[in-house]
Amino acid sequence: MMETLFEIVHEAISIEAVSKKVFKREAGAVTTFTGIVREFTKGKRTLSLEYVAYEPMAVKMLAQIGTEIKKRWAEAEVAITHRVGKLEISDIAVVIAVSTPHRRDAYEANEYAIERIKQLVPIWKKEIWEDGEMWIGDQLEHNPYANEELK
Amino acid sequence: MNKVLLFAYLQEAAGKDHLFMQAAGLSVKELRNSLENETRLSSLQNVMIAINENYATDEDIIEENDVIALIPPVSGG
Repeated sequence: MMETLFEIVHEAISIEAVSKKVFKREAGAVTTFTGIVREFTKGKRTLSLEYVAYEPMAVKMLAQIGTEIKKRWAEAEVAITHRVGKLEISDIAVVIAVSTPHRRDAYEANEYAIERIKQLVPIWKKEIWEDGEMWIGDQLEHNPYANEELK
Repeated sequence: MNKVLLFAYLQEAAGKDHLFMQAAGLSVKELRNSLENETRLSSLQNVMIAINENYATDEDIIEENDVIALIPPVSGG
């Protein structure tokens, strides 16, 4: 069976299922990042979130992040699943799993992946509050050039 | 003819998820200016543009049937 390492899904994500995709005999460490829906942002209460994606391009960009990671950490195995649709507080929005022979690389490569997701994967979130809603943009508060890899 | 896909707040501002325009021969920069002038989409200066699911630079030239996407600052993760 061919597993999909980079996915956009519309239903709940299993952390374990994503993590297991990167297990291999050469690996000695697996880091798993889980992004969940936060209730309060700068004092403002979020009731729920809606994520939308330009799905075919989002999958391509997730795979590109995997390729970038392999260039820096040749032995890394990467799997990323991002959920879209309506999510409630504490629902899992994204899971990134990275395996490497040694733990330091697994931590670093995993952080690289989430930073890149926030720069270039075409996914947007709308926060829904008690008194309104808004599309959130540019979480990094700058607009890095998307084709340029992180230094 | 070229299909232009809209997402997030741009989709809500335009009231639709795509539009069609004749963009072949235009650079990405010209396309951005042209969209600002001809639609209700106000500033597109922070909006990245993808051609056929790849990010384009301002100098790239659009070809007939290319699918264009306007990518506002992303907020996944």
